[in-house]
Amino acid sequence: MPKKSFRQAINEALAMEMRRDPTVVLMGEDVAGGAGAAGEDDAWGGPLGVTKGLMPEFGRDRILDTPISESAFIGAAAGAAATGLRPVAELMFVDFMGVCLDQIYNQAGKFRYMFGGKAVTPMVVRTMYGAGFRAASQHSQCLYPVFTHMPGLKVAIPSSPYEAKGLLIQAIRDDDPVIFFEHKVMYDDEEEVPDEAYTIPFGEANLTREGDDVTIVALGRMVQFANQVADKLEGEGITCTVVDPRTTSPMDEDTILECVEETGRLVIVDEASPRCNIATDVSALVSERAFGALKAPIRMVTPPHTPVPFAAELEDLYIPNPERIEEAVRSVMGHQA
Amino acid sequence: MLQLSKEDLVKAYTQMRTIRDFEERVHEEFAGGGIPGFVHLYAGEEASAVGVCMNLNDKDNIASTHRGHGHCIAKGCDVKGMMQEIYGRRGGLCGGKGGSMHIADLSKGMMGANGIVGGGPPLICGAALSAKTLGTGGVAVAFVGDGGSNQGTTLESYNLAKVWNLPAIFVVEDNGYAESTASAWSVAGSQIKRAEAFGMEGYEVDGHDFFAVYEAARDVIAKARDGGGPSLLHVKLNRYFGHFEGDAMTYRGDGEVDALRQSRDSLQIFRQRVSETGLLEAAEMDEIDRSVSGLVDEAVSESEAAPPPTRDDLTTDVYVSY
Repeated sequence: MPKKSFRQAINEALAMEMRRDPTVVLMGEDVAGGAGAAGEDDAWGGPLGVTKGLMPEFGRDRILDTPISESAFIGAAAGAAATGLRPVAELMFVDFMGVCLDQIYNQAGKFRYMFGGKAVTPMVVRTMYGAGFRAASQHSQCLYPVFTHMPGLKVAIPSSPYEAKGLLIQAIRDDDPVIFFEHKVMYDDEEEVPDEAYTIPFGEANLTREGDDVTIVALGRMVQFANQVADKLEGEGITCTVVDPRTTSPMDEDTILECVEETGRLVIVDEASPRCNIATDVSALVSERAFGALKAPIRMVTPPHTPVPFAAELEDLYIPNPERIEEAVRSVMGHQA
Repeated sequence: MLQLSKEDLVKAYTQMRTIRDFEERVHEEFAGGGIPGFVHLYAGEEASAVGVCMNLNDKDNIASTHRGHGHCIAKGCDVKGMMQEIYGRRGGLCGGKGGSMHIADLSKGMMGANGIVGGGPPLICGAALSAKTLGTGGVAVAFVGDGGSNQGTTLESYNLAKVWNLPAIFVVEDNGYAESTASAWSVAGSQIKRAEAFGMEGYEVDGHDFFAVYEAARDVIAKARDGGGPSLLHVKLNRYFGHFEGDAMTYRGDGEVDALRQSRDSLQIFRQRVSETGLLEAAEMDEIDRSVSGLVDEAVSESEAAPPPTRDDLTTDVYVSY
């Protein structure tokens, strides 16, 4: 099976769905790039080249460069989705949700309920998230807990190139609005990705490691760190189950609970700010429904409650890392009930 | 006026009368405690919704405002289903889950009243993009108030509609007040110059005159259908009731509303115009008045008797699948 990057996997998913379904359109700032400019057409393919090459194949009527007007084009995606298209809108950085959130959660996310089940709004918002790029406070946040909180939206957070392709194809074919989170430091990650189209269903967690001692629930890039820790500790005889929920809405609660029932110990790794994030959500779930299975207090590994800093030394301290995850796993193992 | 058939005139008058009766009746029933929540009435503005929507068909989409009942009726929404929705009944157009501020019927091209001021224009860019991409020949119309005209969403949508050359029309219904604040104070520049600044044609229209609205809308909608891109209508009109029901309207001048009801009543103006030309007899319009009154009576009595949503309805219709 060919190895592909996270970037290639997303590009391939978009291209395959656009070939399959003429109602799929892509819109966003510089998704082709160079519109109206003297130089190269398809100049950018998005700021990190993820959509490069789509415009030459599908044309500017389907690869729609936009003005820097997130409210207008994210809202346009919602309106287009409610009237027959399947738009994929690119919100360049999720930090920019502040200038268009109304169109996502008050409009697209609520159409179906407010209109008594008569609206179908099959839109995808692809967006970059995450720290580690030295991109500072306004280009580095996670923010998926915000969208997870909002009824009517689905939230997908792929943890690898294989996951990205399957989850994005599912997102495009899905009939509900989906916010699709792409971690900006993962675009060059590579793994084997099938050439053919495939979907990964939402709400079905993936166990990337299976063990007896500790359950680690991790999201997105943090799954990689959790896997590293699990592999390292296995040599010492501590075995971990790593649960990648894949989507936070819907959330595969059953799999998380089953794993905690088996291991009796839980570490949750979340790159999002610590208050009201996915770690607290999963912790509440387990506290309420699997309390009796716990052999040790739940540990959450998160950043501090601060904006994302710029300086490399500070940002490296901010991001949850394998060392902190390992410490948390050892602490729940060492807990004397 | 000459090109409108008698059938068209009957339709226009019936819709305008229906809006007026509907709103006057909702006003009464709200005051009597029968209707919950926030209600914003369109009485006084009828000629705008009907004058625009008479140029549209079911393939065309509109996005409305918090003051949406008139747009719903003009776009063909079922009046009894609307009333049940406003009462929060299970048989309402949205199953009682939307209410006055979220009435919609996508099958009629009515993309919803909207509780967010300025929420509609971006959606209409999307509906216009769908029409253009799918080649339906449809257009999309965003109604916004003078308050909504100051939202960034609206101004961004002017730009996007022009940049993408969309079949979109922006209808700024300027009733003089954004809530309690005069549009004369809150709108800098002018609506027409704003349109022109984005490269759109913009026309100021007397919103009490159905025929003026109809003709202005006809021209800009035809242009949009032909690929000529977006335009703007600045429709100047008045609302008879408050921003919301319960608004004591202390910001309005002494006798202002009474004077408007006397001199700027779109229904009276319509009756006078068609009577002068002999196209529709007063007796025919009186008969329409009786028929509409009966319909609104039935809508209210049926809504009062209709069952509310059930416990099971609370958690349905959030997702297509989850």
